Amino acid sequence: MEVSRLRLLFLIALAATTLPGCALFRRGAPAGTEPVAEAGAPVQQATPAPVTGEPSTAPVIDPQVERREIKHTRIDTEDFEVGAYVGILSIEDFESNVVYGARLAYHLTEDFFLEATVGQSRAGRTSYENLSGSADLLTDSERDYTYYALSAGWNALPGEIFLGKNRAYNTAFYFVAGIGNTTFAGDDRFTVNGGFGYRILPADWIAVHFDVRDNVYDIDLLGEKKIVNNLEAHLGLSIFF
Amino acid sequence: MRRPSTHFFGLLLLALLMMLIIGPGPARADSSHKILIADPFIELHTGPGRGYPVFHVIERGREVTIVKRRTDWFELRTDRGVQGWAPREQMIATLEPTGEPLDLQEPARENYMSRRWQAGVAGGDFSGASMISMFGGYAFSDNLSIELTLNHIIGEFSNGYSATLGLMHVFVPEWRISPYFTLGTGWIHTEPKSTLVQSIDRDDQIGYVGGGLQFYLTRRFMLRSEYRKDVIFTSRDDNEEVDEWKYLGFAFFF
Repeated sequence: MEVSRLRLLFLIALAATTLPGCALFRRGAPAGTEPVAEAGAPVQQATPAPVTGEPSTAPVIDPQVERREIKHTRIDTEDFEVGAYVGILSIEDFESNVVYGARLAYHLTEDFFLEATVGQSRAGRTSYENLSGSADLLTDSERDYTYYALSAGWNALPGEIFLGKNRAYNTAFYFVAGIGNTTFAGDDRFTVNGGFGYRILPADWIAVHFDVRDNVYDIDLLGEKKIVNNLEAHLGLSIFF
Repeated sequence: MRRPSTHFFGLLLLALLMMLIIGPGPARADSSHKILIADPFIELHTGPGRGYPVFHVIERGREVTIVKRRTDWFELRTDRGVQGWAPREQMIATLEPTGEPLDLQEPARENYMSRRWQAGVAGGDFSGASMISMFGGYAFSDNLSIELTLNHIIGEFSNGYSATLGLMHVFVPEWRISPYFTLGTGWIHTEPKSTLVQSIDRDDQIGYVGGGLQFYLTRRFMLRSEYRKDVIFTSRDDNEEVDEWKYLGFAFFF
Protein backbone atom coordinates (compact mmCIF):
# COMPACT_ATOMS: atom_id res chain seq x y z
CA MET A 1 0.00 0.00 0.00
CA GLU A 2 2.86 2.21 0.87
CA VAL A 3 4.48 1.59 -2.44
CA SER A 4 1.34 2.32 -4.50
CA ARG A 5 0.76 5.61 -2.73
CA LEU A 6 4.29 6.64 -3.45
CA ARG A 7 3.91 5.56 -7.07
CA LEU A 8 0.69 7.59 -7.39
CA LEU A 9 2.40 10.62 -5.95
CA PHE A 10 5.24 10.22 -8.43
CA LEU A 11 2.87 9.89 -11.34
CA ILE A 12 0.93 13.00 -10.30
CA ALA A 13 4.16 14.95 -9.95
CA LEU A 14 5.26 13.73 -13.40
CA ALA A 15 1.92 14.65 -14.96
CA ALA A 16 1.97 18.05 -13.31
CA THR A 17 5.42 18.84 -14.69
CA THR A 18 5.03 17.44 -18.23
CA LEU A 19 1.45 18.29 -19.20
CA PRO A 20 1.78 22.09 -18.91
CA GLY A 21 4.98 21.68 -20.94
CA CYS A 22 2.96 20.38 -23.92
CA ALA A 23 1.05 23.62 -23.96
CA LEU A 24 4.27 25.55 -23.79
CA PHE A 25 5.56 23.92 -27.01
CA ARG A 26 2.51 24.98 -28.99
CA ARG A 27 2.48 28.53 -27.71
CA GLY A 28 4.38 30.12 -30.63
CA ALA A 29 2.36 28.47 -33.46
CA PRO A 30 -0.33 30.57 -35.22
CA ALA A 31 -3.92 29.63 -34.55
CA GLY A 32 -4.80 28.76 -38.19
CA THR A 33 -2.16 26.07 -38.67
CA GLU A 34 -3.59 23.55 -36.29
CA PRO A 35 -2.77 20.01 -37.46
CA VAL A 36 -6.49 19.35 -37.36
CA ALA A 37 -6.87 21.26 -40.63
CA GLU A 38 -4.78 18.62 -42.41
CA ALA A 39 -6.92 15.74 -41.25
CA GLY A 40 -8.78 15.80 -44.55
CA ALA A 41 -5.62 15.12 -46.65
CA PRO A 42 -5.50 11.83 -48.56
CA VAL A 43 -4.60 8.86 -46.48
CA GLN A 44 -2.07 7.43 -48.93
CA GLN A 45 0.07 10.46 -48.55
CA ALA A 46 0.54 9.85 -44.89
CA THR A 47 0.98 6.08 -45.01
CA PRO A 48 4.14 4.89 -46.78
CA ALA A 49 3.80 2.51 -49.79
CA PRO A 50 3.84 -1.13 -48.75
CA VAL A 51 7.23 -2.73 -49.19
CA THR A 52 5.73 -5.93 -50.53
CA GLY A 53 2.75 -6.69 -52.78
CA GLU A 54 1.55 -4.89 -55.93
CA PRO A 55 3.58 -1.74 -56.76
CA SER A 56 1.57 1.44 -57.04
CA THR A 57 0.59 2.22 -60.66
CA ALA A 58 0.19 5.92 -59.91
CA PRO A 59 2.93 7.91 -61.84
CA VAL A 60 5.62 9.42 -59.71
CA ILE A 61 5.51 12.64 -61.74
CA ASP A 62 2.67 13.69 -63.97
CA PRO A 63 4.40 15.79 -66.68
CA GLN A 64 2.38 18.68 -67.97
CA VAL A 65 4.18 18.94 -71.37
CA GLU A 66 2.45 20.01 -74.53
CA ARG A 67 3.08 17.53 -77.35
CA ARG A 68 4.28 19.47 -80.34
CA GLU A 69 3.19 18.64 -83.86
CA ILE A 70 6.42 17.95 -85.73
CA LYS A 71 6.33 18.16 -89.48
CA HIS A 72 9.52 16.88 -91.06
CA THR A 73 9.69 19.34 -93.88
CA ARG A 74 12.47 18.86 -96.38
CA ILE A 75 15.18 21.46 -96.31
CA ASP A 76 14.85 23.70 -99.34
CA THR A 77 18.10 22.96 -101.17
CA GLU A 78 18.93 25.57 -103.76
CA ASP A 79 21.94 24.31 -105.66
CA PHE A 80 20.57 24.85 -109.16
CA GLU A 81 20.46 28.13 -110.97
CA VAL A 82 18.50 28.80 -114.14
CA GLY A 83 18.55 31.98 -116.14
CA ALA A 84 18.73 33.82 -119.41
CA TYR A 85 21.19 36.26 -120.88
CA VAL A 86 21.56 38.82 -123.63
CA GLY A 87 24.79 40.21 -124.99
CA ILE A 88 27.07 40.77 -127.91
CA LEU A 89 28.93 38.07 -129.82
CA SER A 90 31.73 38.95 -132.17
CA ILE A 91 31.86 36.27 -134.87
CA GLU A 92 35.29 36.44 -136.45
CA ASP A 93 35.03 37.78 -140.04
CA PHE A 94 31.25 38.06 -139.70
CA GLU A 95 30.61 41.19 -137.64
CA SER A 96 29.24 41.39 -134.14
CA ASN A 97 25.69 40.67 -133.29
CA VAL A 98 23.25 40.26 -130.47
CA VAL A 99 23.46 36.90 -128.74
CA TYR A 100 20.89 35.53 -126.35
CA GLY A 101 20.77 32.32 -124.49
CA ALA A 102 19.82 30.28 -121.48
CA ARG A 103 21.93 28.99 -118.68
CA LEU A 104 21.59 26.16 -116.16
CA ALA A 105 24.13 25.84 -113.38
CA TYR A 106 24.61 23.39 -110.57
CA HIS A 107 26.64 24.49 -107.58
CA LEU A 108 28.72 21.57 -106.35
CA THR A 109 30.44 23.32 -103.48
CA GLU A 110 30.90 26.91 -102.44
CA ASP A 111 33.90 26.99 -104.79
CA PHE A 112 32.91 25.02 -107.88
CA PHE A 113 29.94 24.80 -110.20
CA LEU A 114 28.93 23.16 -113.45
CA GLU A 115 27.22 25.11 -116.15
CA ALA A 116 25.30 24.28 -119.31
CA THR A 117 24.55 27.09 -121.74
CA VAL A 118 22.71 27.29 -125.04
CA GLY A 119 22.80 30.41 -127.13
CA GLN A 120 21.91 31.82 -130.47
CA SER A 121 23.13 34.64 -132.64
CA ARG A 122 23.33 35.53 -136.28
CA ALA A 123 26.33 36.27 -138.45
CA GLY A 124 26.58 39.41 -140.54
CA ARG A 125 28.51 39.91 -143.78
CA THR A 126 32.26 39.76 -144.17
CA SER A 127 34.19 42.74 -145.48
CA TYR A 128 35.05 40.62 -148.52
CA GLU A 129 31.40 40.09 -149.34
CA ASN A 130 30.70 43.79 -149.01
CA LEU A 131 33.64 44.94 -151.10
CA SER A 132 33.63 42.40 -153.92
CA GLY A 133 29.90 42.49 -154.48
CA SER A 134 30.14 38.93 -155.73
CA ALA A 135 28.41 35.83 -154.47
CA ASP A 136 27.89 35.48 -150.74
CA LEU A 137 30.04 33.08 -148.79
CA LEU A 138 27.09 31.79 -146.80
CA THR A 139 23.44 31.30 -147.49
CA ASP A 140 20.89 32.94 -145.26
CA SER A 141 20.27 29.88 -143.10
CA GLU A 142 24.00 29.23 -142.79
CA ARG A 143 24.35 32.57 -141.02
CA ASP A 144 22.43 31.26 -138.03
CA TYR A 145 24.82 30.72 -135.17
CA THR A 146 23.80 28.41 -132.34
CA TYR A 147 25.93 26.86 -129.66
CA TYR A 148 25.85 24.84 -126.51
CA ALA A 149 28.54 24.47 -123.90
CA LEU A 150 29.20 22.34 -120.85
CA SER A 151 31.56 24.13 -118.53
CA ALA A 152 33.02 24.03 -115.08
CA GLY A 153 33.40 27.16 -113.02
CA TRP A 154 35.45 28.26 -110.06
CA ASN A 155 34.36 31.05 -107.74
CA ALA A 156 37.82 32.51 -107.43
CA LEU A 157 37.00 35.74 -105.61
CA PRO A 158 33.85 35.60 -103.52
CA GLY A 159 33.00 38.78 -101.70
CA GLU A 160 30.57 41.54 -100.98
CA ILE A 161 29.84 44.90 -102.49
CA PHE A 162 28.50 47.78 -100.45
CA LEU A 163 25.93 50.20 -101.75
CA GLY A 164 25.76 53.12 -99.40
CA LYS A 165 25.78 52.58 -95.67
CA ASN A 166 23.12 49.96 -95.18
CA ARG A 167 23.26 47.60 -98.14
CA ALA A 168 25.69 44.77 -98.80
CA TYR A 169 25.28 42.22 -101.58
CA ASN A 170 27.12 38.96 -102.01
CA THR A 171 29.18 38.67 -105.15
CA ALA A 172 31.65 36.34 -106.81
CA PHE A 173 34.20 36.71 -109.54
CA TYR A 174 34.56 33.38 -111.29
CA PHE A 175 36.44 31.63 -114.04
CA VAL A 176 34.72 29.26 -116.46
CA ALA A 177 36.06 26.80 -119.01
CA GLY A 178 34.43 24.04 -120.97
CA ILE A 179 33.66 22.24 -124.17
CA GLY A 180 30.71 22.36 -126.51
CA ASN A 181 29.52 22.68 -130.03
CA THR A 182 28.87 25.56 -132.36
CA THR A 183 26.61 25.17 -135.37
CA PHE A 184 27.58 27.80 -137.88
CA ALA A 185 28.10 27.99 -141.65
CA GLY A 186 26.27 24.74 -142.17
CA ASP A 187 28.39 22.64 -139.88
CA ASP A 188 28.88 21.50 -136.31
CA ARG A 189 32.15 22.65 -134.80
CA PHE A 190 33.71 21.34 -131.63
CA THR A 191 34.22 24.42 -129.50
CA VAL A 192 36.35 25.14 -126.48
CA ASN A 193 35.23 28.04 -124.36
CA GLY A 194 36.82 29.93 -121.53
CA GLY A 195 36.26 33.16 -119.72
CA PHE A 196 35.30 34.88 -116.56
CA GLY A 197 32.24 36.38 -114.99
CA TYR A 198 30.95 38.41 -112.11
CA ARG A 199 27.84 37.54 -110.15
CA ILE A 200 25.90 39.80 -107.81
CA LEU A 201 23.07 38.48 -105.65
CA PRO A 202 20.51 41.21 -104.90
CA ALA A 203 18.70 38.61 -102.77
CA ASP A 204 19.70 35.07 -101.82
CA TRP A 205 17.55 33.54 -104.59
CA ILE A 206 18.38 35.77 -107.55
CA ALA A 207 21.64 36.61 -109.30
CA VAL A 208 22.75 39.13 -111.91
CA HIS A 209 25.65 37.94 -114.08
CA PHE A 210 28.12 39.68 -116.29
CA ASP A 211 30.12 37.22 -118.38
CA VAL A 212 32.93 37.38 -120.91
CA ARG A 213 33.71 34.27 -122.95
CA ASP A 214 35.98 33.30 -125.75
CA ASN A 215 34.64 30.57 -128.03
CA VAL A 216 37.40 28.89 -130.01
CA TYR A 217 36.97 26.48 -132.91
CA ASP A 218 38.50 25.46 -136.25
CA ILE A 219 36.90 26.56 -139.49
CA ASP A 220 37.88 25.91 -143.13
CA LEU A 221 35.34 28.11 -144.80
CA LEU A 222 37.79 29.75 -147.18
CA GLY A 223 39.58 26.55 -148.06
CA GLU A 224 42.23 26.79 -145.40
CA LYS A 225 41.71 25.66 -141.86
CA LYS A 226 42.12 28.33 -139.25
CA ILE A 227 41.36 28.89 -135.59
CA VAL A 228 38.78 31.53 -134.81
CA ASN A 229 38.12 33.30 -131.53
CA ASN A 230 34.59 34.50 -131.05
CA LEU A 231 34.42 36.83 -128.09
CA GLU A 232 31.17 37.16 -126.26
CA ALA A 233 30.03 39.48 -123.49
CA HIS A 234 26.62 39.13 -121.93
CA LEU A 235 24.45 40.21 -119.07
CA GLY A 236 22.16 37.69 -117.47
CA LEU A 237 19.63 37.14 -114.75
CA SER A 238 19.12 33.86 -112.97
CA ILE A 239 17.25 32.37 -110.06
CA PHE A 240 18.26 29.66 -107.63
CA PHE A 241 16.00 26.70 -107.07
CA MET B 1 20.54 19.75 -141.06
CA ARG B 2 17.83 20.99 -138.75
CA ARG B 3 18.50 23.89 -136.45
CA PRO B 4 16.60 25.05 -133.44
CA SER B 5 14.44 27.81 -134.75
CA THR B 6 14.40 31.34 -133.48
CA HIS B 7 10.90 30.70 -132.23
CA PHE B 8 12.17 27.95 -130.01
CA PHE B 9 14.72 30.23 -128.41
CA GLY B 10 12.19 33.00 -128.13
CA LEU B 11 9.81 30.70 -126.29
CA LEU B 12 12.62 29.49 -124.06
CA LEU B 13 13.49 33.05 -123.09
CA LEU B 14 9.86 33.87 -122.51
CA ALA B 15 9.45 30.83 -120.26
CA LEU B 16 12.52 31.85 -118.29
CA LEU B 17 11.26 35.38 -117.87
CA MET B 18 7.95 34.00 -116.67
CA MET B 19 9.82 31.89 -114.16
CA LEU B 20 11.68 34.95 -112.97
CA ILE B 21 8.47 36.86 -112.48
CA ILE B 22 6.36 34.21 -110.83
CA GLY B 23 9.34 32.29 -109.51
CA PRO B 24 10.10 31.38 -105.94
CA GLY B 25 10.07 34.64 -104.09
CA PRO B 26 11.44 34.93 -100.58
CA ALA B 27 11.11 31.77 -98.52
CA ARG B 28 7.55 30.71 -97.92
CA ALA B 29 6.45 30.61 -94.31
CA ASP B 30 4.79 27.18 -94.40
CA SER B 31 8.00 25.37 -95.36
CA SER B 32 9.78 26.38 -92.18
CA HIS B 33 11.95 23.75 -90.57
CA LYS B 34 12.77 24.49 -86.95
CA ILE B 35 15.83 23.10 -85.21
CA LEU B 36 17.56 23.47 -81.85
CA ILE B 37 21.17 24.54 -81.53
CA ALA B 38 23.19 21.88 -79.69
CA ASP B 39 26.69 23.22 -80.19
CA PRO B 40 27.81 25.76 -77.57
CA PHE B 41 27.15 28.35 -80.27
CA ILE B 42 26.71 28.72 -84.03
CA GLU B 43 28.23 31.53 -86.03
CA LEU B 44 26.20 33.18 -88.75
CA HIS B 45 28.06 34.38 -91.82
CA THR B 46 26.76 37.04 -94.19
CA GLY B 47 27.04 34.67 -97.17
CA PRO B 48 27.32 30.98 -98.04
CA GLY B 49 31.10 30.79 -97.98
CA ARG B 50 33.96 30.52 -95.50
CA GLY B 51 35.23 34.01 -96.29
CA TYR B 52 32.05 35.89 -95.54
CA PRO B 53 32.29 37.64 -92.17
CA VAL B 54 30.59 36.35 -89.03
CA PHE B 55 28.03 38.90 -87.89
CA HIS B 56 25.91 37.04 -85.35
CA VAL B 57 26.17 34.19 -82.85
CA ILE B 58 23.35 31.91 -81.74
CA GLU B 59 23.74 30.16 -78.39
CA ARG B 60 23.00 26.58 -77.44
CA GLY B 61 19.36 25.78 -76.81
CA ARG B 62 17.96 28.46 -79.09
CA GLU B 63 15.46 27.50 -81.72
CA VAL B 64 16.11 28.63 -85.30
CA THR B 65 14.43 28.12 -88.66
CA ILE B 66 16.28 26.66 -91.64
CA VAL B 67 15.39 28.90 -94.55
CA LYS B 68 17.33 27.10 -97.27
CA ARG B 69 20.46 25.24 -98.09
CA ARG B 70 23.08 26.03 -100.73
CA THR B 71 25.92 23.53 -101.22
CA ASP B 72 27.29 23.00 -97.68
CA TRP B 73 25.77 26.12 -96.17
CA PHE B 74 22.44 26.58 -94.40
CA GLU B 75 20.59 29.85 -94.17
CA LEU B 76 19.14 30.21 -90.68
CA ARG B 77 16.66 32.66 -89.21
CA THR B 78 16.45 33.31 -85.49
CA ASP B 79 13.23 34.17 -83.63
CA ARG B 80 14.44 37.77 -83.66
CA GLY B 81 14.55 37.78 -87.45
CA VAL B 82 18.34 37.71 -87.85
CA GLN B 83 19.19 35.78 -91.00
CA GLY B 84 22.59 34.34 -91.92
CA TRP B 85 24.52 31.34 -93.16
CA ALA B 86 26.03 28.51 -91.11
CA PRO B 87 28.31 25.74 -92.41
CA ARG B 88 27.36 22.07 -92.46
CA GLU B 89 29.98 21.12 -89.85
CA GLN B 90 28.10 23.20 -87.29
CA MET B 91 24.71 21.94 -88.40
CA ILE B 92 25.62 18.31 -87.65
CA ALA B 93 25.35 19.06 -83.93
CA THR B 94 21.87 20.58 -84.18
CA LEU B 95 18.71 18.80 -83.10
CA GLU B 96 15.18 18.42 -84.35
CA PRO B 97 12.56 19.82 -81.93
CA THR B 98 11.96 16.19 -80.88
CA GLY B 99 15.53 15.98 -79.63
CA GLU B 100 16.76 13.73 -82.43
CA PRO B 101 19.83 14.82 -84.33
CA LEU B 102 19.10 16.61 -87.58
CA ASP B 103 19.37 14.17 -90.46
CA LEU B 104 21.13 15.91 -93.32
CA GLN B 105 20.91 12.84 -95.56
CA GLU B 106 24.32 13.47 -96.93
CA PRO B 107 25.29 11.14 -99.77
CA ALA B 108 28.78 10.75 -98.40
CA ARG B 109 31.20 7.93 -98.98
CA GLU B 110 29.66 5.89 -96.15
CA ASN B 111 26.34 5.64 -97.96
CA TYR B 112 27.93 5.82 -101.39
CA MET B 113 26.92 2.19 -101.85
CA SER B 114 23.27 2.96 -101.41
CA ARG B 115 23.15 5.50 -104.23
CA ARG B 116 20.85 4.59 -107.07
CA TRP B 117 20.89 7.34 -109.70
CA GLN B 118 23.93 8.73 -111.38
CA ALA B 119 24.41 11.34 -114.13
CA GLY B 120 27.29 13.13 -115.72
CA VAL B 121 29.08 14.55 -118.72
CA ALA B 122 32.30 13.62 -120.45
CA GLY B 123 34.54 14.70 -123.28
CA GLY B 124 36.45 12.39 -125.55
CA ASP B 125 37.39 11.05 -128.89
CA PHE B 126 35.37 8.95 -131.33
CA SER B 127 37.65 7.55 -134.01
CA GLY B 128 39.50 10.83 -134.40
CA ALA B 129 36.44 13.04 -134.01
CA SER B 130 35.69 15.09 -130.90
CA MET B 131 32.92 13.75 -128.75
CA ILE B 132 30.72 15.29 -126.08
CA SER B 133 28.90 12.78 -123.99
CA MET B 134 26.09 12.85 -121.44
CA PHE B 135 25.13 9.83 -119.41
CA GLY B 136 22.67 8.77 -116.76
CA GLY B 137 22.30 5.48 -114.97
CA TYR B 138 20.27 3.57 -112.46
CA ALA B 139 21.83 0.94 -110.20
CA PHE B 140 19.79 -2.18 -109.42
CA SER B 141 22.41 -3.45 -107.03
CA ASP B 142 25.76 -2.36 -105.64
CA ASN B 143 27.53 -3.71 -108.69
CA LEU B 144 25.15 -3.63 -111.60
CA SER B 145 23.52 -0.65 -113.24
CA ILE B 146 21.83 0.25 -116.49
CA GLU B 147 23.12 3.31 -118.29
CA LEU B 148 21.92 5.56 -121.09
CA THR B 149 24.55 7.55 -122.98
CA LEU B 150 24.02 10.32 -125.53
CA ASN B 151 26.99 11.36 -127.65
CA HIS B 152 27.49 14.28 -129.96
CA ILE B 153 30.30 13.45 -132.38
CA ILE B 154 31.92 16.38 -134.18
CA GLY B 155 34.48 15.35 -136.75
CA GLU B 156 36.39 16.71 -139.66
CA PHE B 157 34.59 14.60 -142.26
CA SER B 158 31.31 13.81 -140.59
CA ASN B 159 29.19 14.69 -137.61
CA GLY B 160 26.87 12.43 -135.75
CA TYR B 161 24.81 11.53 -132.77
CA SER B 162 24.61 8.27 -130.94
CA ALA B 163 22.42 6.95 -128.16
CA THR B 164 23.32 3.76 -126.37
CA LEU B 165 21.81 1.71 -123.59
CA GLY B 166 23.95 -0.75 -121.72
CA LEU B 167 24.80 -2.57 -118.56
CA MET B 168 27.63 -1.48 -116.36
CA HIS B 169 29.25 -3.73 -113.81
CA VAL B 170 31.45 -2.19 -111.12
CA PHE B 171 33.70 -4.94 -109.78
CA VAL B 172 34.46 -3.58 -106.31
CA PRO B 173 32.21 -0.57 -105.72
CA GLU B 174 33.66 0.15 -102.28
CA TRP B 175 37.08 0.99 -103.72
CA ARG B 176 37.85 4.64 -104.19
CA ILE B 177 39.23 3.97 -107.67
CA SER B 178 36.99 1.32 -109.05
CA PRO B 179 37.18 -0.44 -112.43
CA TYR B 180 34.06 -1.36 -114.33
CA PHE B 181 32.97 -3.30 -117.36
CA THR B 182 30.25 -2.20 -119.77
CA LEU B 183 28.33 -3.81 -122.60
CA GLY B 184 25.43 -2.52 -124.64
CA THR B 185 23.82 -1.52 -127.84
CA GLY B 186 22.36 1.55 -129.45
CA TRP B 187 21.93 3.65 -132.50
CA ILE B 188 24.20 6.02 -134.39
CA HIS B 189 23.31 8.71 -136.88
CA THR B 190 26.07 9.99 -139.16
CA GLU B 191 26.03 13.10 -141.32
CA PRO B 192 28.92 13.42 -143.76
CA LYS B 193 30.09 17.00 -144.18
CA SER B 194 28.51 19.06 -146.89
CA THR B 195 31.89 20.11 -148.27
CA LEU B 196 32.53 16.52 -149.33
CA VAL B 197 30.85 14.61 -152.11
CA GLN B 198 27.18 14.41 -151.33
CA SER B 199 26.40 11.20 -149.56
CA ILE B 200 23.28 10.23 -147.72
CA ASP B 201 22.88 10.37 -143.95
CA ARG B 202 23.22 7.03 -142.31
CA ASP B 203 21.39 5.46 -139.40
CA ASP B 204 23.00 2.31 -138.07
CA GLN B 205 22.82 0.06 -135.11
CA ILE B 206 25.83 0.04 -132.85
CA GLY B 207 27.11 -2.47 -130.31
CA TYR B 208 29.85 -1.90 -127.77
CA VAL B 209 32.00 -3.48 -125.15
CA GLY B 210 34.22 -1.47 -122.90
CA GLY B 211 35.69 -0.73 -119.56
CA GLY B 212 36.62 2.19 -117.41
CA LEU B 213 37.57 3.59 -114.07
CA GLN B 214 35.50 5.63 -111.70
CA PHE B 215 37.25 7.72 -109.09
CA TYR B 216 35.26 8.82 -106.08
CA LEU B 217 36.07 12.46 -105.35
CA THR B 218 34.03 13.67 -102.41
CA ARG B 219 30.45 13.91 -101.21
CA ARG B 220 28.41 12.93 -104.27
CA PHE B 221 30.95 13.47 -107.01
CA MET B 222 33.22 11.29 -109.06
CA LEU B 223 35.44 11.35 -112.10
CA ARG B 224 35.23 8.77 -114.82
CA SER B 225 37.35 7.62 -117.70
CA GLU B 226 36.17 5.04 -120.18
CA TYR B 227 37.12 3.15 -123.31
CA ARG B 228 34.66 1.43 -125.63
CA LYS B 229 35.15 -0.73 -128.66
CA ASP B 230 32.20 0.04 -130.90
CA VAL B 231 30.97 -2.08 -133.75
CA ILE B 232 28.77 -0.22 -136.22
CA PHE B 233 26.49 -2.61 -138.07
CA THR B 234 26.54 -0.79 -141.40
CA SER B 235 24.38 -1.58 -144.41
CA ARG B 236 27.57 -2.24 -146.34
CA ASP B 237 29.37 -5.57 -146.56
CA ASP B 238 31.73 -4.88 -143.69
CA ASN B 239 30.98 -3.73 -140.20
CA GLU B 240 32.94 -0.78 -138.93
CA GLU B 241 34.99 -0.98 -135.75
CA VAL B 242 35.57 2.22 -133.85
CA ASP B 243 37.61 3.15 -130.78
CA GLU B 244 35.67 5.43 -128.46
CA TRP B 245 37.46 7.19 -125.60
CA LYS B 246 35.90 9.23 -122.88
CA TYR B 247 39.03 10.85 -121.58
CA LEU B 248 37.50 12.59 -118.63
CA GLY B 249 33.99 12.60 -117.31
CA PHE B 250 32.40 14.10 -114.28
CA ALA B 251 29.50 12.35 -112.58
CA PHE B 252 27.39 12.84 -109.52
CA PHE B 253 24.95 10.49 -107.87
CA PHE B 254 21.70 11.34 -106.16
